[in-house]
Amino acid sequence: MVEAALKKNRRDLHDLGILLSPAAAAYLEDMASEVRRETLRFFGRNIGLYTPLYVANYCVNECVYCGYNRSNQIRRGRLTEGEIEDEARAIAATGLTDILLLTGESRAQSGVKYIGRATEILARHFKSVGLEVYPLKTEEYQYLQNLGADFVSVYQETYDPLLYNKVHLSGPKKNYAWRFNAQERALEAGFRGVAFGALLGLGDLRRDTLASGAHAWLISKKFPLAEIAFSTPRLRPCPNKEKTSCQVGETELTQIILALKLFMPWAGLSLSTRERAWYRDNMIGLGVTRLSAGVKTAVGGHSGDDKGDEQFHKSDSRDVQEVCRAIIERGFQPVFNDYVRL
Amino acid sequence: MDEFILAGRQFNSRLILGSGKYPLPMMKEVVAAGEPDIVTLAVRRVNAGGAENILDHIPSGKTLLPNTSGARNAREALTIARLARELGCGDLIKIEVITDNKYLMPDNEETLEAVKLLVKDGFAALPYMNPDLVMARKMAEAGAAAVMPLGAPIGSNKGLTTAELIALIIEEIEVPVIIDAGLGRPSQACEAMEMGADAVMLNTAVATAADPPAMAKAFALAVKAGREAFLAGLGRVCQGEASSPLTGFLG
Repeated sequence: MVEAALKKNRRDLHDLGILLSPAAAAYLEDMASEVRRETLRFFGRNIGLYTPLYVANYCVNECVYCGYNRSNQIRRGRLTEGEIEDEARAIAATGLTDILLLTGESRAQSGVKYIGRATEILARHFKSVGLEVYPLKTEEYQYLQNLGADFVSVYQETYDPLLYNKVHLSGPKKNYAWRFNAQERALEAGFRGVAFGALLGLGDLRRDTLASGAHAWLISKKFPLAEIAFSTPRLRPCPNKEKTSCQVGETELTQIILALKLFMPWAGLSLSTRERAWYRDNMIGLGVTRLSAGVKTAVGGHSGDDKGDEQFHKSDSRDVQEVCRAIIERGFQPVFNDYVRL
Repeated sequence: MDEFILAGRQFNSRLILGSGKYPLPMMKEVVAAGEPDIVTLAVRRVNAGGAENILDHIPSGKTLLPNTSGARNAREALTIARLARELGCGDLIKIEVITDNKYLMPDNEETLEAVKLLVKDGFAALPYMNPDLVMARKMAEAGAAAVMPLGAPIGSNKGLTTAELIALIIEEIEVPVIIDAGLGRPSQACEAMEMGADAVMLNTAVATAADPPAMAKAFALAVKAGREAFLAGLGRVCQGEASSPLTGFLG
Protein backbone atom coordinates (compact mmCIF):
# COMPACT_ATOMS: atom_id res chain seq x y z
CA MET A 1 0.00 0.00 0.00
CA VAL A 2 2.84 2.35 0.86
CA GLU A 3 4.59 1.43 -2.35
CA ALA A 4 1.45 2.14 -4.35
CA ALA A 5 1.05 5.54 -2.68
CA LEU A 6 4.67 6.38 -3.39
CA LYS A 7 4.39 5.51 -7.07
CA LYS A 8 1.46 7.86 -7.68
CA ASN A 9 1.87 11.21 -9.38
CA ARG A 10 -0.90 12.91 -7.47
CA ARG A 11 -1.77 11.79 -3.99
CA ASP A 12 -4.92 12.29 -1.99
CA LEU A 13 -5.85 12.31 1.68
CA HIS A 14 -6.09 8.56 1.71
CA ASP A 15 -2.48 8.40 0.53
CA LEU A 16 -1.47 10.88 3.22
CA GLY A 17 -2.95 8.53 5.78
CA ILE A 18 -0.98 5.62 4.39
CA LEU A 19 2.25 7.60 4.36
CA LEU A 20 1.70 8.70 7.95
CA SER A 21 1.07 5.20 9.18
CA PRO A 22 3.59 3.31 11.31
CA ALA A 23 3.96 0.88 8.39
CA ALA A 24 5.32 3.66 6.21
CA ALA A 25 8.18 4.27 8.61
CA ALA A 26 9.97 1.36 6.95
CA TYR A 27 9.91 3.28 3.66
CA LEU A 28 11.47 6.50 4.94
CA GLU A 29 14.36 6.38 2.48
CA ASP A 30 12.04 5.88 -0.51
CA MET A 31 9.81 8.68 0.71
CA ALA A 32 12.83 10.94 1.06
CA SER A 33 13.97 10.10 -2.44
CA GLU A 34 10.62 11.01 -3.92
CA VAL A 35 10.34 14.19 -1.85
CA ARG A 36 13.79 15.24 -2.97
CA ARG A 37 12.80 14.88 -6.59
CA GLU A 38 9.52 16.71 -6.20
CA THR A 39 11.00 19.51 -4.13
CA LEU A 40 13.59 20.11 -6.84
CA ARG A 41 10.84 20.28 -9.41
CA PHE A 42 8.63 22.71 -7.52
CA PHE A 43 11.19 24.78 -5.64
CA GLY A 44 14.50 24.06 -7.29
CA ARG A 45 17.31 24.56 -4.83
CA ASN A 46 15.77 27.59 -3.19
CA ILE A 47 15.56 27.94 0.56
CA GLY A 48 13.77 31.06 1.78
CA LEU A 49 15.10 32.87 4.82
CA TYR A 50 13.12 34.75 7.44
CA THR A 51 13.08 35.49 11.12
CA PRO A 52 10.38 35.84 13.75
CA LEU A 53 9.91 39.00 15.77
CA TYR A 54 8.00 38.67 19.02
CA VAL A 55 6.63 42.11 19.83
CA ALA A 56 4.49 41.26 22.87
CA ASN A 57 3.99 38.22 25.07
CA TYR A 58 0.96 39.24 27.11
CA CYS A 59 -1.67 36.55 26.90
CA VAL A 60 -5.14 35.99 28.30
CA ASN A 61 -5.29 32.30 27.44
CA GLU A 62 -4.49 29.43 29.72
CA CYS A 63 -2.96 26.78 27.49
CA VAL A 64 -1.26 24.02 29.41
CA TYR A 65 1.55 23.53 26.88
CA CYS A 66 2.63 27.12 26.31
CA GLY A 67 5.18 29.37 27.91
CA TYR A 68 2.85 32.35 27.53
CA ASN A 69 0.11 30.72 29.62
CA ARG A 70 -1.39 33.57 31.62
CA SER A 71 -0.86 31.62 34.83
CA ASN A 72 2.87 31.40 34.19
CA GLN A 73 5.06 33.79 36.08
CA ILE A 74 7.17 35.00 33.20
CA ARG A 75 8.56 38.40 32.39
CA ARG A 76 5.90 40.04 30.26
CA GLY A 77 6.82 42.75 27.79
CA ARG A 78 5.60 44.70 24.83
CA LEU A 79 7.72 46.66 22.39
CA THR A 80 7.01 50.32 21.83
CA GLU A 81 6.84 51.63 18.28
CA GLY A 82 10.35 53.00 18.66
CA GLU A 83 11.58 49.63 19.83
CA ILE A 84 9.88 47.84 16.93
CA GLU A 85 11.63 50.30 14.62
CA ASP A 86 14.98 49.51 16.26
CA GLU A 87 14.37 45.79 15.99
CA ALA A 88 13.35 46.11 12.35
CA ARG A 89 16.49 48.04 11.50
CA ALA A 90 18.73 45.58 13.29
CA ILE A 91 17.13 42.62 11.57
CA ALA A 92 17.09 44.27 8.14
CA ALA A 93 20.80 44.94 8.53
CA THR A 94 21.40 41.19 8.46
CA GLY A 95 19.99 41.13 4.93
CA LEU A 96 16.65 39.53 5.70
CA THR A 97 13.67 40.90 3.76
CA ASP A 98 11.04 38.51 5.13
CA ILE A 99 9.75 38.82 8.68
CA LEU A 100 7.21 37.02 10.85
CA LEU A 101 5.38 39.10 13.43
CA LEU A 102 4.18 37.33 16.59
CA THR A 103 2.19 38.28 19.67
CA GLY A 104 0.40 36.48 22.46
CA GLU A 105 -3.37 36.83 22.61
CA SER A 106 -4.28 40.02 24.38
CA ARG A 107 -6.58 42.57 22.82
CA ALA A 108 -5.72 44.92 25.62
CA GLN A 109 -1.93 44.79 25.29
CA SER A 110 -1.53 43.80 21.66
CA GLY A 111 -4.79 44.67 19.98
CA VAL A 112 -5.39 44.98 16.28
CA LYS A 113 -4.36 48.65 16.16
CA TYR A 114 -1.08 47.82 17.85
CA ILE A 115 -0.47 44.92 15.48
CA GLY A 116 -1.38 47.31 12.66
CA ARG A 117 1.24 49.85 13.75
CA ALA A 118 3.81 47.08 14.04
CA THR A 119 2.88 45.86 10.55
CA GLU A 120 3.24 49.33 9.10
CA ILE A 121 6.68 49.76 10.62
CA LEU A 122 7.83 46.34 9.47
CA ALA A 123 6.41 46.82 5.98
CA ARG A 124 8.76 49.75 5.57
CA HIS A 125 11.79 47.58 6.29
CA PHE A 126 10.78 44.22 4.89
CA LYS A 127 9.37 42.98 1.61
CA SER A 128 7.18 40.35 3.21
CA VAL A 129 5.41 40.53 6.56
CA GLY A 130 3.82 37.36 7.91
CA LEU A 131 1.52 37.28 10.91
CA GLU A 132 1.43 34.64 13.61
CA VAL A 133 -1.05 36.22 15.98
CA TYR A 134 -4.38 35.22 17.50
CA PRO A 135 -7.26 34.53 15.08
CA LEU A 136 -8.87 37.74 13.87
CA LYS A 137 -12.10 38.75 12.20
CA THR A 138 -12.15 39.11 8.42
CA GLU A 139 -12.33 42.92 8.63
CA GLU A 140 -9.35 42.89 10.96
CA TYR A 141 -7.35 40.72 8.56
CA GLN A 142 -8.39 43.09 5.80
CA TYR A 143 -7.14 46.04 7.85
CA LEU A 144 -3.75 44.40 8.42
CA GLN A 145 -3.46 43.27 4.82
CA ASN A 146 -3.97 46.86 3.69
CA LEU A 147 -1.15 47.91 5.99
CA GLY A 148 1.25 45.48 4.35
CA ALA A 149 0.90 42.02 5.88
CA ASP A 150 0.73 39.23 3.29
CA PHE A 151 0.79 35.86 5.06
CA VAL A 152 -1.07 34.38 8.02
CA SER A 153 -0.06 31.38 10.14
CA VAL A 154 -2.44 29.84 12.63
CA TYR A 155 -1.72 26.45 14.17
CA GLN A 156 -4.65 24.45 15.44
CA GLU A 157 -2.39 22.82 18.08
CA THR A 158 -4.56 19.71 18.02
CA TYR A 159 -7.48 18.87 15.76
CA ASP A 160 -8.97 16.55 18.38
CA PRO A 161 -11.84 18.63 19.81
CA LEU A 162 -11.92 16.80 23.13
CA LEU A 163 -8.21 17.17 23.73
CA TYR A 164 -8.35 20.74 22.43
CA ASN A 165 -10.91 21.54 25.09
CA LYS A 166 -8.79 19.87 27.76
CA VAL A 167 -5.53 21.71 27.03
CA HIS A 168 -7.10 25.13 26.62
CA LEU A 169 -8.30 25.85 30.11
CA SER A 170 -9.64 29.33 29.58
CA GLY A 171 -9.57 32.29 27.25
CA PRO A 172 -10.72 33.02 23.69
CA LYS A 173 -8.47 30.27 22.38
CA LYS A 174 -10.94 27.76 23.78
CA ASN A 175 -13.06 28.42 20.71
CA TYR A 176 -12.00 25.61 18.34
CA ALA A 177 -14.09 26.66 15.35
CA TRP A 178 -13.01 30.29 15.53
CA ARG A 179 -9.39 29.22 15.34
CA PHE A 180 -10.06 26.57 12.66
CA ASN A 181 -11.64 29.12 10.32
CA ALA A 182 -8.91 31.73 10.66
CA GLN A 183 -7.15 30.79 7.41
CA GLU A 184 -10.40 31.09 5.48
CA ARG A 185 -11.07 34.54 6.91
CA ALA A 186 -7.53 35.64 6.12
CA LEU A 187 -7.80 34.48 2.51
CA GLU A 188 -11.16 36.14 2.11
CA ALA A 189 -9.49 39.30 3.32
CA GLY A 190 -6.97 38.97 0.49
CA PHE A 191 -3.88 37.47 2.09
CA ARG A 192 -1.70 35.70 -0.46
CA GLY A 193 -1.03 32.63 1.68
CA VAL A 194 -1.66 30.78 4.90
CA ALA A 195 0.13 28.21 7.01
CA PHE A 196 -1.23 25.19 8.83
CA GLY A 197 0.08 22.88 11.50
CA ALA A 198 -0.47 21.06 14.73
CA LEU A 199 1.69 21.09 17.84
CA LEU A 200 3.29 17.70 17.43
CA GLY A 201 3.26 15.66 20.59
CA LEU A 202 0.24 17.36 22.08
CA GLY A 203 -2.25 14.89 20.64
CA ASP A 204 -1.94 11.93 18.32
CA LEU A 205 0.89 12.89 16.00
CA ARG A 206 -0.40 11.07 12.93
CA ARG A 207 -4.06 11.98 13.28
CA ASP A 208 -3.26 15.62 13.88
CA THR A 209 -1.03 15.70 10.80
CA LEU A 210 -3.70 14.00 8.70
CA ALA A 211 -6.18 16.58 9.92
CA SER A 212 -3.88 19.48 9.14
CA GLY A 213 -3.40 18.02 5.67
CA ALA A 214 -7.16 17.81 5.21
CA HIS A 215 -7.55 21.35 6.49
CA ALA A 216 -4.99 22.69 4.02
CA TRP A 217 -6.46 20.62 1.19
CA LEU A 218 -9.97 21.94 1.68
CA ILE A 219 -8.79 25.53 1.93
CA SER A 220 -6.68 25.19 -1.20
CA LYS A 221 -9.68 23.80 -3.08
CA LYS A 222 -11.70 26.82 -2.06
CA PHE A 223 -8.87 29.28 -2.71
CA PRO A 224 -6.80 27.83 -5.57
CA LEU A 225 -4.83 31.04 -5.72
CA ALA A 226 -3.59 30.81 -2.15
CA GLU A 227 -0.08 29.81 -1.21
CA ILE A 228 -0.14 26.97 1.27
CA ALA A 229 2.52 26.18 3.83
CA PHE A 230 2.94 23.71 6.64
CA SER A 231 4.81 24.00 9.87
CA THR A 232 5.70 21.09 12.11
CA PRO A 233 6.41 22.49 15.57
CA ARG A 234 7.32 19.86 18.12
CA LEU A 235 6.21 20.26 21.66
CA ARG A 236 9.31 21.23 23.57
CA PRO A 237 9.93 21.94 27.23
CA CYS A 238 8.35 25.16 28.39
CA PRO A 239 8.28 26.90 31.79
CA ASN A 240 4.95 25.25 32.48
CA LYS A 241 6.56 21.81 32.75
CA GLU A 242 3.35 20.00 31.74
CA LYS A 243 3.64 16.38 30.82
CA THR A 244 3.24 15.69 27.12
CA SER A 245 1.14 12.90 25.68
CA CYS A 246 3.92 11.41 23.59
CA GLN A 247 7.51 12.17 22.79
CA VAL A 248 8.11 12.96 19.15
CA GLY A 249 11.54 11.96 17.93
CA GLU A 250 13.36 13.29 14.92
CA THR A 251 12.62 10.14 12.93
CA GLU A 252 8.90 10.54 13.47
CA LEU A 253 9.13 14.23 12.68
CA THR A 254 10.86 13.36 9.43
CA GLN A 255 8.10 10.98 8.47
CA ILE A 256 5.53 13.69 9.17
CA ILE A 257 7.38 16.18 6.98
CA LEU A 258 7.95 13.74 4.12
CA ALA A 259 4.33 12.58 4.16
CA LEU A 260 3.00 16.13 4.00
CA LYS A 261 5.33 16.97 1.14
CA LEU A 262 4.34 13.89 -0.81
CA PHE A 263 0.71 14.84 -0.30
CA MET A 264 1.06 18.50 -1.32
CA PRO A 265 4.45 18.95 -2.97
CA TRP A 266 3.61 22.50 -3.97
CA ALA A 267 3.15 23.56 -0.34
CA GLY A 268 5.92 25.31 1.54
CA LEU A 269 7.38 23.92 4.71
CA SER A 270 9.34 25.81 7.37
CA LEU A 271 11.52 24.30 10.02
CA SER A 272 11.84 26.51 13.05
CA THR A 273 14.71 26.79 15.49
CA ARG A 274 12.89 24.46 17.83
CA GLU A 275 14.93 21.94 15.86
CA ARG A 276 18.66 21.74 16.18
CA ALA A 277 21.04 22.93 13.47
CA TRP A 278 22.17 19.43 12.57
CA TYR A 279 18.62 18.29 11.90
CA ARG A 280 17.61 21.40 9.97
CA ASP A 281 20.67 21.17 7.76
CA ASN A 282 20.04 17.53 6.96
CA MET A 283 16.48 18.28 5.99
CA ILE A 284 17.55 20.82 3.36
CA GLY A 285 16.55 19.25 0.07
CA LEU A 286 14.01 16.98 1.73
CA GLY A 287 11.03 19.27 1.48
CA VAL A 288 12.07 22.23 3.60
CA THR A 289 11.44 25.48 1.72
CA ARG A 290 12.06 28.02 4.48
CA LEU A 291 14.45 28.32 7.37
CA SER A 292 14.55 30.94 10.08
CA ALA A 293 17.88 32.53 10.96
CA GLY A 294 19.23 34.98 13.50
CA VAL A 295 16.35 34.00 15.74
CA LYS A 296 15.51 35.48 19.11
CA THR A 297 12.39 34.00 20.62
CA ALA A 298 12.20 36.48 23.49
CA VAL A 299 10.31 39.74 23.06
CA GLY A 300 12.64 41.93 21.03
CA GLY A 301 16.25 41.10 21.64
CA HIS A 302 17.72 41.90 18.22
CA SER A 303 18.68 45.49 18.89
CA GLY A 304 19.41 45.32 22.59
CA ASP A 305 18.26 43.46 25.68
CA ASP A 306 14.99 41.65 25.29
CA LYS A 307 11.88 42.84 27.07
CA GLY A 308 10.06 39.62 27.80
CA ASP A 309 10.62 35.91 28.23
CA GLU A 310 10.58 33.51 25.32
CA GLN A 311 7.76 31.23 24.22
CA PHE A 312 10.02 28.25 23.58
CA HIS A 313 13.65 27.50 23.88
CA LYS A 314 15.49 27.53 20.60
CA SER A 315 17.97 24.87 19.59
CA ASP A 316 19.56 26.60 16.63
CA SER A 317 20.98 30.02 17.36
CA ARG A 318 22.93 30.51 14.16
CA ASP A 319 22.86 33.90 12.54
CA VAL A 320 21.92 34.67 8.95
CA GLN A 321 25.46 34.31 7.62
CA GLU A 322 25.91 30.93 9.25
CA VAL A 323 22.61 29.57 7.99
CA CYS A 324 23.40 30.86 4.49
CA ARG A 325 26.73 29.09 4.59
CA ALA A 326 25.10 25.85 5.64
CA ILE A 327 22.59 26.13 2.79
CA ILE A 328 25.25 26.91 0.21
CA GLU A 329 27.51 24.12 1.46
CA ARG A 330 24.74 21.67 0.68
CA GLY A 331 24.43 23.00 -2.88
CA PHE A 332 21.31 25.07 -2.26
CA GLN A 333 20.50 28.71 -2.70
CA PRO A 334 19.49 31.02 0.15
CA VAL A 335 16.66 33.25 -1.05
CA PHE A 336 16.05 36.47 0.76
CA ASN A 337 13.44 37.98 -1.46
CA ASP A 338 10.67 36.11 -3.19
CA TYR A 339 7.73 38.47 -3.06
CA VAL A 340 6.63 41.80 -4.45
CA ARG A 341 4.12 43.62 -2.27
CA LEU A 342 1.30 44.67 -4.55
CA MET B 1 19.72 33.78 -43.25
CA ASP B 2 17.64 32.42 -40.43
CA GLU B 3 16.88 35.37 -38.19
CA PHE B 4 15.14 35.25 -34.88
CA ILE B 5 13.44 38.61 -34.58
CA LEU B 6 11.56 39.43 -31.42
CA ALA B 7 10.09 42.82 -30.55
CA GLY B 8 12.14 44.45 -33.27
CA ARG B 9 15.41 43.02 -31.99
CA GLN B 10 17.48 40.29 -33.57
CA PHE B 11 18.81 37.37 -31.57
CA ASN B 12 21.16 34.54 -32.48
CA SER B 13 20.02 31.93 -30.01
CA ARG B 14 16.54 30.46 -29.98
CA LEU B 15 17.08 29.10 -26.47
CA ILE B 16 15.86 31.27 -23.64
CA LEU B 17 17.01 30.24 -20.17
CA GLY B 18 15.45 30.99 -16.80
CA SER B 19 17.28 31.86 -13.63
CA GLY B 20 15.09 30.55 -10.83
CA LYS B 21 15.66 27.32 -8.89
CA TYR B 22 19.46 27.58 -9.23
CA PRO B 23 22.28 28.18 -6.86
CA LEU B 24 23.00 31.65 -8.23
CA PRO B 25 26.78 31.32 -8.65
CA MET B 26 26.06 28.62 -11.20
CA MET B 27 24.25 31.04 -13.50
CA LYS B 28 27.46 32.25 -15.09
CA GLU B 29 28.54 28.73 -16.09
CA VAL B 30 25.08 27.82 -17.30
CA VAL B 31 24.81 30.89 -19.46
CA ALA B 32 28.32 30.36 -20.80
CA ALA B 33 27.46 26.77 -21.72
CA GLY B 34 23.97 27.28 -23.11
CA GLU B 35 24.74 30.59 -24.81
CA PRO B 36 21.23 32.02 -24.67
CA ASP B 37 20.85 35.62 -25.73
CA ILE B 38 17.87 36.11 -23.48
CA VAL B 39 17.65 35.23 -19.79
CA THR B 40 14.44 35.44 -17.83
CA LEU B 41 14.11 36.28 -14.17
CA ALA B 42 11.34 36.71 -11.66
CA VAL B 43 11.09 40.34 -10.61
CA ARG B 44 10.11 39.14 -7.15
CA ARG B 45 13.57 37.58 -6.82
CA VAL B 46 15.34 40.86 -7.48
CA ASN B 47 16.85 42.13 -4.28
CA ALA B 48 18.33 45.43 -5.44
CA GLY B 49 21.05 46.49 -3.05
CA GLY B 50 20.50 43.37 -0.99
CA ALA B 51 21.97 39.93 -0.49
CA GLU B 52 21.78 37.19 -3.12
CA ASN B 53 20.40 39.56 -5.73
CA ILE B 54 19.56 37.53 -8.79
CA LEU B 55 20.47 40.46 -11.04
CA ASP B 56 24.06 40.33 -9.84
CA HIS B 57 24.46 36.82 -11.18
CA ILE B 58 23.19 37.22 -14.71
CA PRO B 59 26.16 37.91 -16.98
CA SER B 60 26.15 41.25 -18.73
CA GLY B 61 25.52 41.38 -22.43
CA LYS B 62 22.40 39.27 -22.19
CA THR B 63 18.95 40.62 -22.82
CA LEU B 64 16.87 40.41 -19.67
CA LEU B 65 13.33 39.13 -19.85
CA PRO B 66 11.75 39.84 -16.46
CA ASN B 67 8.56 37.98 -15.68
CA THR B 68 5.62 39.06 -13.59
CA SER B 69 5.32 35.88 -11.52
CA GLY B 70 3.46 36.61 -8.33
CA ALA B 71 0.86 38.68 -10.18
CA ARG B 72 -2.64 37.34 -9.67
CA ASN B 73 -4.38 39.67 -12.10
CA ALA B 74 -3.68 42.07 -14.96
CA ARG B 75 -3.30 45.11 -12.75
CA GLU B 76 -0.66 43.39 -10.61
CA ALA B 77 1.17 42.30 -13.74
CA LEU B 78 1.39 45.94 -14.81
CA THR B 79 2.70 46.95 -11.38
CA ILE B 80 5.42 44.32 -11.48
CA ALA B 81 6.30 45.22 -15.08
CA ARG B 82 6.73 48.84 -14.06
CA LEU B 83 8.88 47.75 -11.15
CA ALA B 84 11.06 45.80 -13.57
CA ARG B 85 11.43 48.85 -15.74
CA GLU B 86 12.37 50.98 -12.72
CA LEU B 87 14.98 48.39 -11.74
CA GLY B 88 16.58 48.81 -15.14
CA CYS B 89 15.50 45.46 -16.55
CA GLY B 90 14.24 46.94 -19.80
CA ASP B 91 10.93 46.95 -21.63
CA LEU B 92 10.69 43.34 -22.65
CA ILE B 93 8.32 41.62 -20.22
CA LYS B 94 7.05 38.08 -19.95
CA ILE B 95 3.53 38.25 -18.56
CA GLU B 96 2.95 35.53 -16.03
CA VAL B 97 -0.42 35.71 -14.32
CA ILE B 98 -1.14 32.55 -12.42
CA THR B 99 -4.30 31.97 -10.44
CA ASP B 100 -3.68 28.37 -9.54
CA ASN B 101 -1.02 27.57 -7.00
CA LYS B 102 -1.11 23.80 -7.48
CA TYR B 103 -0.37 23.48 -11.21
CA LEU B 104 0.75 27.05 -11.81
CA MET B 105 -1.61 27.34 -14.77
CA PRO B 106 -1.62 30.76 -16.41
CA ASP B 107 -4.90 32.65 -16.35
CA ASN B 108 -5.53 33.37 -20.03
CA GLU B 109 -8.25 35.94 -19.37
CA GLU B 110 -6.19 38.03 -16.98
CA THR B 111 -3.17 37.58 -19.22
CA LEU B 112 -5.03 39.00 -22.20
CA GLU B 113 -6.01 42.03 -20.10
CA ALA B 114 -2.41 42.34 -18.99
CA VAL B 115 -1.23 42.38 -22.60
CA LYS B 116 -3.52 45.32 -23.29
CA LEU B 117 -2.38 47.20 -20.20
CA LEU B 118 1.30 46.60 -20.83
CA VAL B 119 1.20 47.44 -24.52
CA LYS B 120 -0.54 50.69 -23.66
CA ASP B 121 2.23 51.42 -21.17
CA GLY B 122 4.94 50.95 -23.77
CA PHE B 123 6.13 47.46 -22.95
CA ALA B 124 6.97 44.68 -25.36
CA ALA B 125 4.64 42.08 -23.88
CA LEU B 126 5.21 38.34 -24.13
CA PRO B 127 2.27 36.52 -22.58
CA TYR B 128 2.80 33.10 -21.03
CA MET B 129 -0.45 31.29 -21.82
CA ASN B 130 -2.38 28.07 -21.88
CA PRO B 131 -2.38 27.02 -25.55
CA ASP B 132 -5.67 28.22 -26.98
CA LEU B 133 -5.72 29.42 -30.56
CA VAL B 134 -8.56 31.85 -29.97
CA MET B 135 -6.77 33.43 -27.03
CA ALA B 136 -3.46 33.51 -28.87
CA ARG B 137 -5.13 35.39 -31.69
CA LYS B 138 -6.63 37.93 -29.31
CA MET B 139 -3.29 38.44 -27.63
CA ALA B 140 -1.54 38.95 -30.93
CA GLU B 141 -4.23 41.40 -32.00
CA ALA B 142 -3.82 43.23 -28.71
CA GLY B 143 -0.21 43.84 -29.63
CA ALA B 144 1.71 41.04 -27.94
CA ALA B 145 5.28 40.81 -29.26
CA ALA B 146 5.05 37.02 -29.18
CA VAL B 147 2.94 34.35 -27.52
CA MET B 148 4.34 31.78 -25.13
CA PRO B 149 2.16 28.69 -24.94
CA LEU B 150 3.07 26.11 -22.31
CA GLY B 151 4.21 22.64 -23.20
CA ALA B 152 3.24 21.19 -19.83
CA PRO B 153 2.79 22.54 -16.28
CA ILE B 154 5.78 24.50 -14.97
CA GLY B 155 8.39 22.23 -13.50
CA SER B 156 6.67 19.03 -14.56
CA ASN B 157 9.30 18.14 -17.17
CA LYS B 158 6.55 16.32 -19.07
CA GLY B 159 7.39 17.71 -22.47
CA LEU B 160 5.00 18.72 -25.21
CA THR B 161 1.75 17.46 -23.73
CA THR B 162 0.00 20.29 -25.57
CA ALA B 163 1.67 19.67 -28.92
CA GLU B 164 -1.55 19.50 -30.97
CA LEU B 165 -2.80 22.80 -29.65
CA ILE B 166 0.56 24.49 -30.04
CA ALA B 167 0.74 23.31 -33.64
CA LEU B 168 -2.44 25.25 -34.40
CA ILE B 169 -1.01 28.37 -32.88
CA ILE B 170 2.24 28.07 -34.81
CA GLU B 171 0.25 27.59 -37.96
CA GLU B 172 -2.18 30.48 -37.57
CA ILE B 173 -0.47 33.17 -35.51
CA GLU B 174 1.87 35.65 -37.15
CA VAL B 175 3.83 36.78 -34.10
CA PRO B 176 6.68 34.58 -32.85
CA VAL B 177 5.65 31.53 -30.85
CA ILE B 178 7.92 30.66 -27.95
CA ILE B 179 7.18 27.37 -26.24
CA ASP B 180 7.62 27.80 -22.53
CA ALA B 181 7.31 25.52 -19.50
CA GLY B 182 7.26 21.81 -19.12
CA LEU B 183 10.14 20.89 -21.40
CA GLY B 184 12.21 18.31 -19.59
CA ARG B 185 14.63 16.82 -22.08
CA PRO B 186 16.69 18.20 -24.95
CA SER B 187 14.82 15.86 -27.28
CA GLN B 188 11.60 17.64 -26.35
CA ALA B 189 13.16 21.02 -27.05
CA CYS B 190 14.33 19.65 -30.39
CA GLU B 191 10.81 18.48 -31.14
CA ALA B 192 9.42 21.87 -30.22
CA MET B 193 11.71 23.51 -32.75
CA GLU B 194 10.94 20.89 -35.41
CA MET B 195 7.29 21.84 -35.05
CA GLY B 196 8.17 25.34 -36.12
CA ALA B 197 8.36 27.17 -32.80
CA ASP B 198 10.44 30.32 -32.99
CA ALA B 199 12.16 29.66 -29.68
CA VAL B 200 11.87 27.68 -26.47
CA MET B 201 12.21 28.71 -22.88
CA LEU B 202 13.16 26.49 -20.01
CA ASN B 203 14.36 26.58 -16.47
CA THR B 204 13.59 23.57 -14.29
CA ALA B 205 15.06 21.02 -16.68
CA VAL B 206 18.43 22.75 -16.55
CA ALA B 207 18.35 23.97 -12.95
CA THR B 208 17.57 20.56 -11.53
CA ALA B 209 19.90 18.52 -13.72
CA ALA B 210 22.85 16.88 -12.02
CA ASP B 211 25.15 19.08 -14.12
CA PRO B 212 23.27 22.22 -15.11
CA PRO B 213 25.91 23.77 -17.39
CA ALA B 214 26.27 20.53 -19.33
CA MET B 215 22.50 20.24 -19.61
CA ALA B 216 22.29 23.84 -20.83
CA LYS B 217 24.76 22.98 -23.57
CA ALA B 218 22.75 19.89 -24.50
CA PHE B 219 19.61 21.99 -24.80
CA ALA B 220 21.40 24.56 -26.94
CA LEU B 221 22.48 21.84 -29.35
CA ALA B 222 19.00 20.35 -29.38
CA VAL B 223 17.42 23.70 -30.19
CA LYS B 224 19.86 24.23 -33.07
CA ALA B 225 19.22 20.74 -34.41
CA GLY B 226 15.48 21.16 -34.21
CA ARG B 227 15.56 24.49 -36.00
CA GLU B 228 17.74 23.14 -38.81
CA ALA B 229 15.42 20.18 -39.20
CA PHE B 230 12.46 22.52 -39.47
CA LEU B 231 14.18 24.62 -42.12
CA ALA B 232 15.27 21.55 -44.03
CA GLY B 233 11.88 19.91 -43.94
CA LEU B 234 8.41 20.71 -45.27
CA GLY B 235 7.86 23.61 -43.00
CA ARG B 236 5.88 26.74 -43.72
CA VAL B 237 6.99 28.74 -46.67
CA CYS B 238 9.36 31.38 -45.48
CA GLN B 239 8.53 35.01 -46.02
CA GLY B 240 10.12 36.50 -49.08
CA GLU B 241 9.92 33.42 -51.28
CA ALA B 242 7.49 33.09 -54.13
CA SER B 243 4.02 32.34 -52.90
CA SER B 244 3.41 29.75 -55.63
CA PRO B 245 6.66 27.85 -56.03
CA LEU B 246 4.93 24.94 -57.85
CA THR B 247 2.69 26.77 -60.25
CA GLY B 248 4.58 30.02 -60.41
CA PHE B 249 5.97 28.99 -63.80
CA LEU B 250 2.59 29.83 -65.29
CA GLY B 251 3.37 33.48 -64.82
